[in-house]
Amino acid sequence: MAKRSAPEVNAGSMADIAFLLLIFFLVTTTIEVDSGIQSKLPPPVPDDVQPPKIKQKNIFQVLVNQNNQLLVEDELMEIGDLTDAAVAFLDNGGGEGPAGCNYCQGAKDPESSDNPDKAVISLVNDRQATYNMYATVYNELVRAYTILRNRESNRRYNESFEDMYTRYKEWPETEKETPEYDKLSEQIDEIRDLFPLKLSEAEPQES
Amino acid sequence: MSKFKKQKSGDLPAVNTASLPDIVFMLLFFFMVATVMREDELKIDNKLPNANQVEKLESKNKLVYIYIGKPSAQYQKTYGVTDVIQLGDKISTVEEVQTYVNTKRNDMPEDIQDEMMVSLKVDSSSKIGVLTDVKQELREAMALKINYTAKKGDPMRNVKQ
Repeated sequence: MAKRSAPEVNAGSMADIAFLLLIFFLVTTTIEVDSGIQSKLPPPVPDDVQPPKIKQKNIFQVLVNQNNQLLVEDELMEIGDLTDAAVAFLDNGGGEGPAGCNYCQGAKDPESSDNPDKAVISLVNDRQATYNMYATVYNELVRAYTILRNRESNRRYNESFEDMYTRYKEWPETEKETPEYDKLSEQIDEIRDLFPLKLSEAEPQES
Repeated sequence: MSKFKKQKSGDLPAVNTASLPDIVFMLLFFFMVATVMREDELKIDNKLPNANQVEKLESKNKLVYIYIGKPSAQYQKTYGVTDVIQLGDKISTVEEVQTYVNTKRNDMPEDIQDEMMVSLKVDSSSKIGVLTDVKQELREAMALKINYTAKKGDPMRNVKQ
């Protein structure tokens, strides 16, 4: 018998199969990765525990009413000014002696916060306010902290806090044992401690 | 000479499509790699607000999603027009949040249960009331790491429409 070559497999339908798969993945794809504002809820409080007393001057009160209006320290405010007001409050450093703040550059107004560690931003929302407004207010308040952290980080390490944090997050998994990584993580903790995020949301009230 | 004559005769030659599968496969692989399967089928309107203080969310297996918003048009007959909560594939009540979160937590591998994060996907036009209730429930369930999922963008666009 003469040697016969094996018959060629018809690959014409290969494209069809691939197309089918392609279309399936096209339809199910959502390319964007979710991102969001991180936050932490306080653990549930037992009924018999009294909340700690905080001096009035160390509280920065932000109120959103049902018409989405913003009331900051009992005064109406445009949302665009909120970050600046929060920065001024946090950075005030009006305390004396050990309660002071040697890295603050604020007005040192004795009527405002003692130091960033004591300063608390209190956020109260009406239930009828929209989430749009809430998210914006929350974002602006977090931005105030970021601005201050960036400033301090730039002063100390010549690198903004955000850049440092991105570097920290994107550190290659295999090189996490190195002293550089530990140092970076220490620096981040240090900056965070200088301006700890103290954003308190009031317990919802029965109405 | 006959070599040259031969080409003139005959019909237009067909375009060689042998490499078509390769091209399609290349596209296919791109989409396979870039694909994130849609988690849940949304029964509510869910337009996220803009924010610029956002962080990328970590690995999906640590996330639990809670959606809040108005039911979309075809579900308004069943669920009304006020803000509702969607857990997984179905519209739920506030009371079910704790059970849902605890179930999800128990489904996770033991070592990452503490790192569980709740992603709150709240429609930008919904009222805060429902969100406040959900947050109270999450506190009770000790699911304290939360995330207000938002699009990266200028937050001022939220308020000036």
